[in-house]
Amino acid sequence: MNVLCLGVSHQTASVEVRERFAVSESQLSRISREIGALPGIAESVIVSTCNRVEFYAASPNAPEALASLRAYLEERSPVHANGNGNGLAASELPAEREPFYILNGPASIDHLFRVASGLESMVIGETEILGQIKKAYATASGAGTTARHLNKLFQRAFNVAKEVRTKTSITRGAVSVGSVAVDLAEKIFGSLAPCRVMILGAGETSELTARALQSRGVKSLFVSNRSYDRAARLAGEMGGSAIHFDEWDRHFSKIDILISSTAAPHAIVTPEKLAPVMHRRPNRPLFVIDLAVPRDVDAAVNHLEGVYLYDIDSLRAIANQGLAVRHREIARCEDLIARHVREFHEWLTADPAQRHSIHFPVISKEA
Amino acid sequence: MDRLPLILATFCFLLSFLYTAYMLKTGGHRLSRFNLVTMALGFLLQTWFLHIRGQAIGRCPLTNFFEILIFLSWSIVLLYLLVGPAYRLSLLGAFTSPLVVLIQTVALLAPIRDVPRPSMGSDPWLETHAALSIIAYGAFAMASVAGGMYLIQERQLKTHHFHSSFFFEMPPITHLATANHRLLLAGVLLLTVGLLSGFMVHASLNPVKLAWGGVMWAIYLAILLARRAGPRRIALLSIVAFSLSITALWGLNYLVERTRI
Repeated sequence: MNVLCLGVSHQTASVEVRERFAVSESQLSRISREIGALPGIAESVIVSTCNRVEFYAASPNAPEALASLRAYLEERSPVHANGNGNGLAASELPAEREPFYILNGPASIDHLFRVASGLESMVIGETEILGQIKKAYATASGAGTTARHLNKLFQRAFNVAKEVRTKTSITRGAVSVGSVAVDLAEKIFGSLAPCRVMILGAGETSELTARALQSRGVKSLFVSNRSYDRAARLAGEMGGSAIHFDEWDRHFSKIDILISSTAAPHAIVTPEKLAPVMHRRPNRPLFVIDLAVPRDVDAAVNHLEGVYLYDIDSLRAIANQGLAVRHREIARCEDLIARHVREFHEWLTADPAQRHSIHFPVISKEA
Repeated sequence: MDRLPLILATFCFLLSFLYTAYMLKTGGHRLSRFNLVTMALGFLLQTWFLHIRGQAIGRCPLTNFFEILIFLSWSIVLLYLLVGPAYRLSLLGAFTSPLVVLIQTVALLAPIRDVPRPSMGSDPWLETHAALSIIAYGAFAMASVAGGMYLIQERQLKTHHFHSSFFFEMPPITHLATANHRLLLAGVLLLTVGLLSGFMVHASLNPVKLAWGGVMWAIYLAILLARRAGPRRIALLSIVAFSLSITALWGLNYLVERTRI
């Protein structure tokens, strides 16, 4: 038995191409069954996310399976850029190159393990993909298009992804401004649930950062903006309270996190303003996130005890560090994956009568 | 030969420290039971030593500076095992284990006279006084460990320079400040009861030791009440105060031993 993978991803095709092959959730079961019924294909799973569309198949005859799968996709791509049911035939694809990658044997196993571990993701080490693959597998399993080989392969992929996550630092470190802010806030306050946040200047990045903090438990939010209507609208959307712009500094004593991104031409948060506030709350830190350019917060504020100031450059620098750490971890992840690929391939190609004697080592749940 | 369990305990603590240091360096550190197990094993070996010594002299083994150091490191590990789970278990252990290794190595290798003095008649107040006072110093030692961790984490957050493994495994600074405060509070309470029980002892206690105990109690009470100074200064003061207390403890015992000779 062989395992094949045919797919397009953000590394091989533009979004225009990917979206034409994407399979919507409602069609996943039907298309899985159609592919499962193609000549040469015994089992199939479709993984369709915004960054990749991949067709996995178990086949006793790889060339036949590949030919029929390609013919199926050329005849009609499962889903459609314009939603009218007309897919993009492969002949319509840019002539200069083939967008599909076709993997067979150990390469396809390696690819699935890498994808599940987040090594092939746009943001290396992201964990959302694992949930998406689990969902894709559950759908295929529900549609009855998986059996012994793909069941074992996907279960193995989930275990490998877990091992990679626990034994390496591939998921460690935040890689976006919002997630860096959240990480830092948690390193200052622990739980964010009791923290009060003030957004000063309702820009897009400050809103995204505040939403990231809300996703980790922040409940109390104040919004202040030169345009009170905009502050009120954003506060309404985010379940906070709006404050008039000439009153924001009166609320300083209440807050734990300040996100500032006004269009002010000079610093509006100064040590002179903050020092008396911090003096009254010596055991309560203040996390200041300055996303504005020019900066809203005087850098000298960071010298006040209990104040932790981060501007947009320092947040980006930390995000880049996080990304660099993840890139350095790739080799360790690949070593781990290679061992599992070898073991799985041995099992797959062994005589069925001997398979019971090939045991996969138990992956420890704790590093 | 009663020192054998103590030597083994020191190796356990050393192993715990080296393991965590290696894991932090390689970036593969995760909260693990290894530190807890090695620390607990070391604690059992320490307890075994104290039990043997206590049986031999018929009283709580706090009769010379060597025994005081061992009892102190036993108290530190006991408090770590009690408060550790409330914080990031293994990393608090990583900071505690080198301190315990240092104290026990000094006790085992430094030229400290270890002549146990058998009981001349049991006085439970004396033993309560001595034991509670040393456990209080154990709490102060742990407060200085939490203070040290606070200062490291605070510096990383202020300067934006993160040693990634350390940063990710360290508890939030507000938790460290709370741990520091609670350990100082526990230490002051224990020392208060320890000093009060000293007044109940039938025999006369060394007035210099008692006076120094009072001075340390006053210093720690002042640190405890100075919360408005901010967690950074409190963390710094708890490290300075513990260094001072351990140095003074050694100095006083040295003088007392010399006087006895």
